[in-house]
Amino acid sequence: MSTSIHVSAGQVAATLALVALAAAVSFWRKADLERDIGIATIRSFVQLTAIGYVIKLIFEADTLWLVFALLTVMVLFGALTARGRAKKVPGAFWPLLIALAAAGTTTLGLVVALGVFEATPRYLVPVGGMVIGNAMTASAVALNRLGDEMADSRNRIEATLALGATGQEAALPIVRRALRSGMITLVDSTKTTGLIFFPGTMVGMLLAGANPTDAVRLQLILLYTLLGSVAIAGLVATTLAYRNFFTPAQQLRE
Amino acid sequence: MLFELRDVSLDRGGRRVLDSISVAIPSGPTAIVGPSGAGKSTLLRLLNRLADPDVGTVSYRGRALAACDPLALRCEVSLVPQLPALLEGTVGSNVAYAAQLAGKELDIERCLRLAGLPADFAERDVSQLSVGEQQRAMLARALAQQPEVLLLDEPTSALDHAARDAVEATLAELRRELEISVVLVSHDLEQARRLGEWVVRMKEGGVTEAGPLSEVLA
Repeated sequence: MSTSIHVSAGQVAATLALVALAAAVSFWRKADLERDIGIATIRSFVQLTAIGYVIKLIFEADTLWLVFALLTVMVLFGALTARGRAKKVPGAFWPLLIALAAAGTTTLGLVVALGVFEATPRYLVPVGGMVIGNAMTASAVALNRLGDEMADSRNRIEATLALGATGQEAALPIVRRALRSGMITLVDSTKTTGLIFFPGTMVGMLLAGANPTDAVRLQLILLYTLLGSVAIAGLVATTLAYRNFFTPAQQLRE
Repeated sequence: MLFELRDVSLDRGGRRVLDSISVAIPSGPTAIVGPSGAGKSTLLRLLNRLADPDVGTVSYRGRALAACDPLALRCEVSLVPQLPALLEGTVGSNVAYAAQLAGKELDIERCLRLAGLPADFAERDVSQLSVGEQQRAMLARALAQQPEVLLLDEPTSALDHAARDAVEATLAELRRELEISVVLVSHDLEQARRLGEWVVRMKEGGVTEAGPLSEVLA
């Protein structure tokens, strides 16, 4: 599967024409996104360039400790970022941190144990990044939904608690819907992959000149891995986070 | 005494909602009356531990509530909230769920009859009920737990006069048939006269008066 492709800075610069087009559309239609598009373009350039050098360093050092350190930082920033989407969930940081760590370690551990990938930086860094990124999105969406629904359903939850139900029983339908909303995007995109869109890894490999069969197989491995990771992240995040809405005496926190 | 509150205070959102309340509530029908914001609903929620006081003690039949298992207590002291909040599904599934939580044998038809609803309501989807019907379904659900005390928070506030009279008649009938204690929160003094034998008057988080109906609302 080893391929290589050289991309010049000029080629990257040329695609800025499309960024300019996006800004022009926003300006013309008064979508008020020009500033955000500018920030997104600069941030993506700086962040990806920086991570490119970090990955190069890790590949050259060829040590798993650096991989572990990088993934730990990703989990930490992922949890902090996702917390911003889960403002209505009290104490959301720890459930998110544990969810991302659990998704990362379980998924990467399994694919290595099953012999899908070797335990080397070349595989663990990019796959780990995708796993943690998707887990972050899924758990952020799940907790966002959890927070909204818990706020909207306070009367119903308290009425159920008043019957002698535990917080877990009272919140169960909401936790279920929150988990579903966290997973549904990836499930739907997995359903339509190849029909409506080509996923990034496959496109990257094809552009790099890889055999299409290899590109498809690697993409399938990643899709299935990501399904597992978003399920674990969503499950852990919602299971830990819903508890923060209740006191030990099974009362709704004010 | 059924309930006894001693020096109970409670703050919510930086505001004192209950302020050094000491009051006793005997068995039988009690009405807690007072204007909006007096703390009536908050006091009611203390009685089955949907909330705990910041300061002071609440006891039920001589036992400190703080030492009671809240889940078992809520099956014995059932609260019907002011706003109908049934679970998705049918009236029957709601009633069955309540009975299951309390570990009681299910008799849906009896619960519906006691709440003033015909038997065929068991199959009705809760989303198709009027507010009055939902309020009665909430009552039927609470009755499925065969509670010893019913806590009712403004049970007729969302109803028109005809529906209110029907629910009041149901409550009076319920008292006669089951002989359970009822603690009713109401802002309507006339309703308190019709349904209460003991009255607790509240104002601005405090109890201003408590005693037999004939003395408090003379």
